[in-house]
Amino acid sequence: MRARAAATVRPSRLPDSSSDASIGRWVTSSTARRAILVGVLSACGVGAVAQERTLPLPALRSGITFAGADVRAMQADDVSNPGFLWVEGGEKRWNTAAGATGKSCASCHGDGRSSMRGVATRYPRYAEAVKGVEDLDARINRCRTEKQGAPPWPRESEELLSLSAYVSYQSRALPLAVSIDGPARETFDRGNAFYHARHGQMNLSCAQCHDQNSGKRLLVENLSQGHGNAFPAYRLEWQSLGSLQRRIRACLFGIRAEMPAPGAPELTDVELYLAWRAQGLPLEAPGVRR
Amino acid sequence: MPDARITVPASVARGKPFEVRIIVRHPMETGYRTDESGQSIPRNVIRSLACRYNGELVFSGRLSSGIAANPYLRFFVTAKESGQLAFEWVDDAGARGSDSAAVTVA
Repeated sequence: MRARAAATVRPSRLPDSSSDASIGRWVTSSTARRAILVGVLSACGVGAVAQERTLPLPALRSGITFAGADVRAMQADDVSNPGFLWVEGGEKRWNTAAGATGKSCASCHGDGRSSMRGVATRYPRYAEAVKGVEDLDARINRCRTEKQGAPPWPRESEELLSLSAYVSYQSRALPLAVSIDGPARETFDRGNAFYHARHGQMNLSCAQCHDQNSGKRLLVENLSQGHGNAFPAYRLEWQSLGSLQRRIRACLFGIRAEMPAPGAPELTDVELYLAWRAQGLPLEAPGVRR
Repeated sequence: MPDARITVPASVARGKPFEVRIIVRHPMETGYRTDESGQSIPRNVIRSLACRYNGELVFSGRLSSGIAANPYLRFFVTAKESGQLAFEWVDDAGARGSDSAAVTVA
């Protein structure tokens, strides 16, 4: 327990996200002080230090609060929100038999409107069956292959997105609540490191835009805090619904960085980190974004 | 995927205008985009859409590449009796779509 407590201490700002070189040494000594403090506390039997947040919970704002009036109106209106085309498609698919078993989602899960309530808020999630963290799309595909005897759907396919949209819709307005405990911790740590590391030709980290400069303009955009709590979302730029992985890949494209392939584990690492970072924000489904 | 989502009030007053809203599933490809290899993506938009109430034309429109994907249309109709709002549309590729909704006059 004591060794674990010391191991979870993190510097409050990693070197790359510090914009002032002279802060570096002050941070180091404060880190050292905290490590000593944790060591003392744990020697006294106090529990492990909680994972520190670079964006504190009271400061969280959904991306919809950075969006213009037209986007807010479209998301708020269930009639004109194009995401419902996918939600309705997903509902039909939920009740449609598939694969070698001839089972539908409803065969095992019954009425999705009750059985799926709250589910999306817990994803990405560690699954013992695959000894890894899965996002919702991966979990849906695993149900297809393992329970229905059907082939998995490609990422960003209409079929997978529509089911993902339908399942997410059942958690509408519920607070994000992922776990980073136990075996999920490794995935979280990788996602945390990725988020704070510089990437690409522009050598930018996610934190530099979304933690330090949210609310400011980047060309014609207002930088949001980058939570992803509205995904899968109908993005006007895509003229289609798309997943959070697609959005993350688009951000990496924007900073001219290598984009992991859709479904790559690095993307799920980041998804888990983002969901933890956005803890408590309501899931917006179907989301609309610019 | 549904072809469209039509929204009308649950019941309408005789002779009073009521709001009809439809969102049609369609990519409305403008013809101005190119794909990753630089090839032009051919234009395919809904070019005409018509709405008939119990067979009588109550709304029609000619759409073009300026209308975004999954077009959303909103207009008003008055009805003297209950019936069926029937939408039909055709796109540049010749594909036809249709959907309908029931209207109840109180």
